Formats: sequence, C-alpha cells, structure tokens
Amino acid sequence: MALSDKMAQVTSRNAELAQGSIEGQAHTAVASYAVNVEHLNFFYGSKQALFDISVDFEETGVAALIGPSGCGKTTFLRVLNRMNDLVSNTRLEGRILVHGEDIYDSFTDVVELRKRVGMVFQQPNPFPKSIYENVAYGPRIHGLKNRRQLDEIVERSLKGGALWEEVKDRLHEPALSLSGGQQQRLCIARVLAVQPRILLMDEPTSAIDPIATQRIEDLIRELCVDYTIIIVTHNMQQAARISDHTGFFFQGRMIEWGETAQIFTNPRDQRTEDYVTGRFG
Amino acid sequence: MRERHGKSRTKGQWRGAEIIGYWALRSSLIIALLILFLILYDIVSKGIGVINWEFITASPRSGMTEGGIYPAIIGTLYVTLITIAFAVPLGVAAAIYLNEYAVQGRFTRLVRMALRNLAGVPSIVFGLFGMAVFVKFFGFGPSLIAAGFTLGLLTLPVTVTASEEALATVPRAYREGAFALGATRWQVVRSVVLPRALPGILTGTILGLARAAGETAPILATGAAFFLPYLPSSLRSRFMALPYHLFIMSTQHHAISQVRPIAYGTALILVALVCMLNLVAVSLRRRYRRRVARGL
Repeated sequence: MALSDKMAQVTSRNAELAQGSIEGQAHTAVASYAVNVEHLNFFYGSKQALFDISVDFEETGVAALIGPSGCGKTTFLRVLNRMNDLVSNTRLEGRILVHGEDIYDSFTDVVELRKRVGMVFQQPNPFPKSIYENVAYGPRIHGLKNRRQLDEIVERSLKGGALWEEVKDRLHEPALSLSGGQQQRLCIARVLAVQPRILLMDEPTSAIDPIATQRIEDLIRELCVDYTIIIVTHNMQQAARISDHTGFFFQGRMIEWGETAQIFTNPRDQRTEDYVTGRFG
Repeated sequence: MRERHGKSRTKGQWRGAEIIGYWALRSSLIIALLILFLILYDIVSKGIGVINWEFITASPRSGMTEGGIYPAIIGTLYVTLITIAFAVPLGVAAAIYLNEYAVQGRFTRLVRMALRNLAGVPSIVFGLFGMAVFVKFFGFGPSLIAAGFTLGLLTLPVTVTASEEALATVPRAYREGAFALGATRWQVVRSVVLPRALPGILTGTILGLARAAGETAPILATGAAFFLPYLPSSLRSRFMALPYHLFIMSTQHHAISQVRPIAYGTALILVALVCMLNLVAVSLRRRYRRRVARGL
C-alpha cells in the first residue's frame, strides 16, 4: 500500500517533470507546494543578506541551492526553519509559507515548525551520547517515554538513514565513535525520528569523503520520494546529480531558478552560465 | 610551547641575549617553586609533630594550650557546606542566564566586567558587608549562616565566571542540533549543554570554594568564635573555624610561644583540607577528559 503510493507519487512526479520540460516551464501549476517564499528580504543588523527572493518548493523531490561562498544560500536555508532566530539583531521582510502557514506570523509555534522542518548541518553534529540516545533525543524532548515505541522509532529512523545494518549491534556505543559519514547519516536519522516533512541540508557532504558522500547522495534520492528536500551545496556536480530543481544564488539574490537540467545546460542568465561553467566561484 | 628548543639546537646557535632570557625565565620558575616549597616544608615539618588522633577529634583544653582542634575542623566544614548551598545554585543559574538566555550586548559585557572586578574585591570588604547585611540587617547575628552567606558572596563571582566559561566551551553545533530538532531553550540547556559543562562547572566551583574555606577576614565579623567548648547546634550558632583559629593561635593567644606547635598543626590541617579540595577538582577534570575522549 505504502509502496504503491510511493510508486504512484514517483510516476506522477515524473509525468509532471516531463510535462514541465515539454512546455519549457520551471514548474507546472498542478504541483502542490511545501514552501512558498514571497519577496523575502533578510537583514543582519543594517546589512542586507537576502534581496527580494520569491520561489516555491514542491512537496517532493530535491531542490539544490548553489552559488559562491557568502551568497546567502545558507542564510536562506536557515530562514526556512527560523534557525536565524538564534542570531540576535536580524530582521525579515516578506512572507514564507510552509504548508500554507506563514511561519513568521506571531502565532507560529517555533518548536512545532522545527519538528516539521528538520535540518542537517555541514559538520556532522551528533550529541556526545550513545547512538540510540541521539536518535531518541527528538522523540524524548517531545514527550515520548514509552521504551518500546522509542525502540521502534530508533530502528525505523536508523533504517531510514541507511545506518541500521552498520550499528544495530552497538546502539549503546558513543555516536562519536562512528566515522564522519556514519555520523552524518546518524544526524539524518536523528532528524527523521521527529517525523518532519521537509529536510533542510546545509552542505551535508562537504566534510565527508567521496564514498560516504555517495551513500548520502543515494540516501537523499531515496528520501526525496517522501520528503521535501532542500539542499545547499558547494558542489555543482552534486547539484546536477541529485536535484530536480536548482536555484542559483549570487550576492544575496536568487538569480535563476529552474529545473536542474535547464540550469546546467541552458541557463538563461549570463551569471548562472558563468558560474556553472566554472568561470567564477 | 613545551618542547625544549635546547635539545634541537647546538649551543653555538644560541644568541647571547636568548641565553640570558632563557635562564631569566627558567630561574623565575625555580624561585617561585622554591618559595612555595619552603612554606610547605616549614608547615609540614613543624606541624606534623602535633598531629595525632586526639588533635583532630578533641576540643581545645586548658585555655587552648592543649587538646585538639576538632570544633574548628567541623566549623570550617559546616560553613563551607553553607557556602556551597548558597553560592553554587545561585552562581550556576546566573551563569546559565548570562550565557544561554541573555541577549549578548553592552549589558552582558558590563555584567561580566563587574563580576571580574568583584572577584578582586578584598575579602575584608566582603566581611564587613556581610556583617552589615546578614548579621545586622537580616538579624542573623554572628552565626554559621551569616558567615556562610558572606563566604558565598565572596565566591559568587568566581563561581559565575567559571561556570560561564564551562558553558561557553560547549560547541555551538550541539545547541544548533538540538534547536533544529524542536527543543526549547531550557531543553537544550538541560539535556545537551549542562551535562557537557557540568565537570567544568564543578572544577571551577571547587577551586573557588577551596579559597573561601581558607579565608579569615569574611568570617571574622560574621560568626567565627575565639573559643567554643561545644559544636554549633544550629544555623544561628557561632562556630570555630580553622583559619580564624590559626590567626588566634599565632597572634592573639596569651601564651603564643607555648601554642606555636598547635598553630603549625592547625595550618597543616587547613592546607591539607584545601589540597584535598583541589585534588577532587583535578580528578574530576581528568575523569571528564577521559569521558570526552570516549564521546559520552
């Protein structure tokens, strides 16, 4: 049942993509959106970091954000789960809807938002606790105490993070004894344990060796059937390999947004072309 | 920093000024250690003779020319416990607020500067402040609680500063990881930051307490007694304390030369007590380092 659902989802998505490319449009009206960003401006103090960004992210699939260092792509990502709230003296204009709700509304429950919009960081950051405790952390802080349910969630999440086979016999060993790539998959499993619908990934493979990177890329492709994935990456080949849509950021603006194939083979903007062909960045 | 350049170079390569500088630095350390060693040797050699079971379990007798220092040991232990009860929760809570909750800016900078200055205020000033506030204003009278609170005030800046430093060493990545999972600020502090910072907090706090336990001036006017034939029975009782007893035995007693050995014995016990506290701090830090290395 679940499987056939997924299959149906994938097929319909492919159909959409095909239709989109035939019509030569970035996205078609049929898709329902997980995130809508409308005229976003973002400031650190008096310094503006993001300029008038409008973009919509579909319910499933991978969206990659590329661009040179300091172009605002990480800031943009952290706006989407309000992690920038932790930085003092920031200001935001515009509107961001996550599943139709304005997340910068004064009634927004930030805890609820961050449960729904999970985040994986550049450096794997497992807590200095056991593997089990890392994955159980999220459900625990949200009030789950039942040991059996926790065990189930930990197993399911570790399987979701493609780590279960490697760690099932040593769940109670320190998470920091894992390799860097395993730690990053553990961080993904830790996020999956709170059952988010959107995954934000901030250069998740930049601190990891190529083989581990490949595993995580495979995992991202598996997960994007069920989750909205928005990934910031420095690595253009990675964006080309794993994403369905790509946005090119430059100097705080989203210069171009479209299907990945179009961005890489037929960019509309000269700056995008210069960047993806390696002329700068 | 600690590698010795002398090994890797031949004498010929040393410039004259560098050799002089090297020996100036090296002899400074030797002089400092020598002085410390002399003090310790003086105390131990002259104090060890009077120390026996009676000395640490009996009260002073015959006008404090005989007997032990039991009430002073117990008094110091009690007053230190009250200091802990007062300063540790308050100091740690203040540090948590300052490091985890307060918006960093001019106000927090000012608070930190004030704390650093407060840590340098002479202890007699704290003693007189304690007398005015706890003994008189709150009406505790000269008592264990007044002295304990006064010592608590004295250690508070150290406790807050040490705790804040320990909190600040917890990597930001842990906090962000927890926040991103939807943890509230208190949950982040409680389950991720505090467990990580606790050993550092304890170490810093114990070092602060060890200093407080040896202070004389703050307890002088707030509750320490010249001589009491009994142990303190409540928080409002006066008490004998090791540092004050030492002060009396070496400067205020009617037969100073006769009680000199007792004074040395008292000094030895006091130094031993402070060393013990420091050892606890050191072993805590070592255990913590091992735990960090194991990643739990």
